[in-house]
Order: sequence, then C-alpha cells, then structure tokens
Amino acid sequence: MKDRFISGYNDFVLPFVIGMSFILIYLAIGIIRVIAQLPAQDRKKFFLSLINPKLWIINLKDIICDVLLHTRIWKRKPLLGYMHSSIAFGWFMLIVLGHIETWMFVPDRLSTFYYPVFFRFFVMETDHTIGGSFFFFLMDFFLLIVLSGVFLAMFKRIRSRIFGMRRTTNNQLPDRIAMYCLWAIFPVRLLAESFTAGIAGGSFLTRPMYWLFSNFLTNTYHILPTWWAYSTLLGTFFVLLPFTRYMHIPTEAFLIVLRNAGIKVSHPRKGYSIAQIYSCSNCGMCIDACPMMGQKKNLRYATVYFNRLLRRRNWARCEESADKCLMCGKCVAVCPVGVDSCNIKRSLRGLKAAPAPADYGYFSTYSLSESATTSPSSAEPAAGQEKILYYAGCMTQLTPVISKAVGTVLDRAGVNWEFMDRDGGICCGRPLILAGRDERAREMIRSNTELIRQSGATVLLLSCPICYKVFRENYDLKGIRIVHYTEYFDELVRLGRITLRNSGEKLVYHDPCELGRGCKVYKEPRRVLGAVGELVEAEKHHDESICCGGSLGSLTLSYEDRKDITMHSLDNLLYASPERIVTACPLCLKTFSPYSPKKVSDFAEVVAQNMN
Amino acid sequence: MIDFGYGISPSSAINLDKFDRTRFEELAREEPDVLKCMACGSCAASCPTAGHSDMNLRKVILLLGRGREDEALRMVSHCMLCGKCLIVCPRGINTRHLIPSVTKIYQKK
Ligand code: SF4
Ligand code: SF4
Ligand code: SF4
Ligand code: SF4
Repeated sequence: MKDRFISGYNDFVLPFVIGMSFILIYLAIGIIRVIAQLPAQDRKKFFLSLINPKLWIINLKDIICDVLLHTRIWKRKPLLGYMHSSIAFGWFMLIVLGHIETWMFVPDRLSTFYYPVFFRFFVMETDHTIGGSFFFFLMDFFLLIVLSGVFLAMFKRIRSRIFGMRRTTNNQLPDRIAMYCLWAIFPVRLLAESFTAGIAGGSFLTRPMYWLFSNFLTNTYHILPTWWAYSTLLGTFFVLLPFTRYMHIPTEAFLIVLRNAGIKVSHPRKGYSIAQIYSCSNCGMCIDACPMMGQKKNLRYATVYFNRLLRRRNWARCEESADKCLMCGKCVAVCPVGVDSCNIKRSLRGLKAAPAPADYGYFSTYSLSESATTSPSSAEPAAGQEKILYYAGCMTQLTPVISKAVGTVLDRAGVNWEFMDRDGGICCGRPLILAGRDERAREMIRSNTELIRQSGATVLLLSCPICYKVFRENYDLKGIRIVHYTEYFDELVRLGRITLRNSGEKLVYHDPCELGRGCKVYKEPRRVLGAVGELVEAEKHHDESICCGGSLGSLTLSYEDRKDITMHSLDNLLYASPERIVTACPLCLKTFSPYSPKKVSDFAEVVAQNMN
Repeated sequence: MIDFGYGISPSSAINLDKFDRTRFEELAREEPDVLKCMACGSCAASCPTAGHSDMNLRKVILLLGRGREDEALRMVSHCMLCGKCLIVCPRGINTRHLIPSVTKIYQKK
C-alpha cells in the first residue's frame, strides 16, 4: 500500500475540511459557554471531576455504552437499539480503523485530518498482504453494518410501528436535510470506494461492486465525482449539525461528563441545561411514554418538542408545556440520553413564577405534643428500640384509612412510635418545589426539620411518596433514618415482627410515580404483597407505570384531562384482571377510587387486613 | 319614622358600584374557574393551615368578588400550595393555579 499522489491532496476534500473545521470551532465555543454559565460551585465540581481517575473510567464506560452502543435503547426496543448502535458504532469504527490504516501504511499522512477519511482515494495497492486485506475486510464489514442501520432508519420513517413506536417525531426542514445527507453519506461512500477498488483494492463489498460496475461503466470516470459527492455530503452534514437534532452526537458525550461530575439543573436555558437539550436526539421515545399523549391535542406538550422549543428560546410555548407536565418522570425514565426534562421544566416554572410574598409566621404555632418531645439521645438505639416518628403528610389527612392502618401495623409489631401530624401539620414542601418555588418551600423544610429533631426520633416513617421524596432529597436529617412504609413493613415481615397470611386474592400493584421512578422503590412493596395474595403485574409497570392523573406536578392540566389519564392508567392496571388494585400513595388512592370498577386499597390497609 | 325593630345590625349589603372590578374581571379572564365556585367550603375544611392561619379559599374568592382585596391577599400568603383543596373541590377548580394567579394579579399596584 502506498501513496498515490505526492501531494496527498485533492480539491474534493475541501467541503469536508470546511465543514469539519466549522463544527469543531462551534463545539469548542459551545463547551466554553456552557462551562462559563455554570454556577461557580458546579464549575469547580466539573474541573475536579476531570482530575478524578475513577470518574474517567465511569465516563469512558458510559460514553461507550450510551453514545456508541446505545445499550439503554437495546434494553427497551432491540430493533431500534440495533438501528442506533449500528450507525453510531459502525461510523465510529470506520473513523478509528481509517486512522489505524493510515498510521500503518502511510504514517506521515496522519497529520492531515482528512486523509484517513478518504484513505482509499489516496492510496494504491502494491501487493496483497494479510494485514491489508484484514483491514479492508473490517472496513467493508463496518460499512455494511452502518448501511443496514441507515436502511432501518429509512424504514422507520415509513413504518415506525415495526420498532414498537406508535408515534415518531415530526422533523423540521434542517433536520430533514441533515437526515437525507446522513442517509446518503454511506451509500455514496460505498460507491466511491467501489469505483476506486481497482486502484486501492477492496474487500467483500467493494470488489464485487467494482466488477459489477466495470461491465457497463468506465469506473475511472466516476472516481472523482463520487468522492466529491461524499465529501460534500459530509461537509453539508457538519455545517447543518448545530441546527438539527444530530447535534446530540457530539453533545451527549459532554453531557455524560457533566452528569457524572454531579452537576444539577439550575437554570432552564443556561449551562447544564444547554448540554441537556442539545443532547436530545429527537428519538421520540418520550412521546409514547407520556400519559398526556392519550389525547391528540396534548401531543405538542411532549418532552421532545419542549426541548426543541427551548433550543429556539420560544419561552411562551415552553412555559405552557412546562406548566402542563405532570412531572411523572416517565419521559426521563425512558429517555435513552437521560435528558432531565422534569428538572428543566421545574426550574423554568421557578424562573417564570410571579413573585408571591409568603407569610408563614404561623408555623411557630405547630408544636409537638408533650409525650412526643424528648431530648434527643446521642446513644445509638439498640435493635428494636428505635424511636419512630410517623409523618403522614397533608394528603393522608384526606385518606385517614391509611394512617389508621399504619398505626394498626405498627402497634401489632410492637414498635415505639409517635404520630407527628395526627392533628394536621405543616406541608412537606414538595408541592411548592414541584411548582418551582423552592424558596418558599425552604421555610417548611426548616420548620419540619426543627420539629423532627426536637422529637428525638431515630426513624422518620412516611406513607406518602411525595413526602418521602422531598425528605430524602431536600431535608438535612443526618442521623435519622428516612424510610417509606413499604420498605419498613417489608423489614418488619422479614424480621418476623409481623406475620402475614395469604388470602389468595388477585392483587395488582400500582407504582406511584414519586415512589417508583422518583425513589426507585419497586421490590419491597411487591415482596410484601406477594405474601398476602397473588400478585399480578399491570401491562406497564415498574419504571414504565402510568401516572394516576392526580399528580400535583401539573399546574394547568384540567379536571377533564386528568380524568382521561386516570381512566387510561386504570385500564393499564386491570390488564391481568386483578380483583383489587393496591397502591402506596394517598393521592393515587384518592384519584383512582371514584373511577375504578375494582376495589382500590392502600398498601397499609392490605397489610393490616392480612396480619395474623 | 316608625322603627319596626328590624335593623338590629347595620346593613352589610355590598354596593358593587363602590369598588373597581377590573382586577376581578382580569382574574376571571385568566382563571374562568373562579366563577364556578359555589362557596361550599370543602377547600377550607380540608386546608392544613386551618386552625393555624386564616387562609380560607372559599372566603378568598368571596372577598375578591366584593373588592376586599387586602384581606384576600393576606390570607393567600399563608397558602402552602399543598393542593388538598384541588383534590376535594367538587367543582373541579384548579386551585393550585388559581391561588398564584390571585397573588400575581392583585399584587401589582
Ligand atoms: S427527550 Fe429523550 S426520549 Fe425524548 S426525544 Fe429527546 S432523547 Fe428521545
Ligand atoms: S414527566 Fe410525565 S407528564 Fe411530564 S412530559 Fe414527562 S411523561 Fe409527560
Ligand atoms: S393549597 Fe393552600 S389553600 Fe389549598 S389546601 Fe393547601 S394550603 Fe390550603
Ligand atoms: S371547594 Fe371549590 S367550590 Fe367549594 S368553596 Fe372551595 S373552591 Fe369553591
């Protein structure tokens, strides 16, 4: 293998070089801007993460899995996963192998960054070597892989259902042009390499094509035009990149590094959020996932369109979308990139919320009853001696059956417990946080923390997942264990402090959004329910469970729209025709009860009924 | 004039001409729900601040309709946006949107 031209250059590389230079400069400026916009402490975190070897390994692993192999899509939709990874990984391998080839055969050409891309144009075959044909084989092989992915991508545009998707994103003009470029790049590359195969050599794909064409075409006439076309397509694609969905290709790797550094969303359109929304590949998986999409009119509120509007700074429509969202987190759970859209929407709500002076002076009138107040002891409590403080939360005041059942179970287990808000209490603050008003929530957090600390409790027991999430994430209660009753009852059963009997009733468990996707509690409630009855699964369950429709996350969803979601969610739960629906959230219970054809019960109720 | 003894307390009749209803109309435009309230009081009965503060959504809506804005604004500042009133309201009023709108509209002087 040796150089075909002394100059190692041909004019056709220009479009590629221009496009590539443009995108590299654009990315460099983008990265600097994002870093500059991060709040000071986040910036520090980011730089610290860069010198942490452990994080390097995690970053590398995540980038390979998410950006190249797309393992997350594989897990949910294998065919779609193949489509994405064949293009991404195949393309990546073509680039890497191109460089290796150049390095092996014409090492002094490595300094020009176009040479490895157009390797087969610039070289000629002098002798056959095992090494050479091995690389040619690999190059043809990965080109075939990419072509198969491109073919599937074309097919997906026509029939998205084959990929398990009901709806796919509608593309905009720049997206469409870039998409056609992407579709054309690899077939044109195949043509260019085939025409050149007589000079540069080829393998199982390019050689037969060369012979085929040589029957009716003069291959040498087509060499230069096809390489020009290939280079122009690449150049066009790179220039269009920043204005299209394909910007996710370079951005995603950067997002992974930022995320692993522990950075959180702090502004909807600055710093970290920019990396988030530009990483959205417009794959459209969030459309089918969203419970609001049952109604066609809500289609425009899908996260993918929200991201797109935010990129264009269409604030008015973004705000509308953000206010509608139930914050159920399902779009985040299914998103292959992990775009943290709920927090972006939340911070947008905060940014746009009209200032509202709050007067929470009356919080000081809440106090613990005499019996509940003890001085906090510093000694570690012995096993079984923990002092439990049960906080039911305001929502449970509307469903007293839950707190009563919790009390029954705790008494039966003989634990030492106090009821913090028997006569009502201060809200946990999560509803305000969901509304983007973190500032106001802070007062609740402060007052509740004080009350809990005063009580001397060692365990804070919660039955409402909304409270559970905020206590875990936003409260500073070091030394006090925060536990949800599904986890705690599971523990009581396993420690043998309560024993259950199996009634044989067919139960289905509904994963409340804040407990499942919010706090990743899935197995404990199922383990307990499996012991009291025959547990069946809903059609969609675990992190794909469907919001009950009652979520406090949405600020503007109407009563009628909510009802629609509730009905859809119930349909999903009744999939395996259970006799009873069990949930572990007062809000779900309250929302399902009026519409469910089957009895809806709370987790604690079912446990209390089936204790020996 | 003969005193028939019916005037035990002074009249609390509201004179709608005496106050400016533009703000209430603005509120009703943004939150048409506010006109659906039937003053049942479910919201106030379920409100966790009851007994600790004077927040009472039923009253807030009535007060606003009568032009007693300052009182209403003070009440609203105690709300924790917990959403219990939203869950119980028999008229399906989206109270968690209504309450911030009240502050937004009436606050600007
Ligand atoms: S937000 Fe995630 S799931 Fe939705 S289109 Fe973007 S990448 Fe896909
Ligand atoms: S959080 Fe839930 S309701 Fe909101 S956009 Fe995502 S899937 Fe839809
Ligand atoms: S949202 Fe406000 S008014 Fe409604 S119940 Fe909660 S604290 Fe009371
Ligand atoms: S519950 Fe609804 S209808 Fe009843 S007083 Fe309150 S806002 Fe009005």
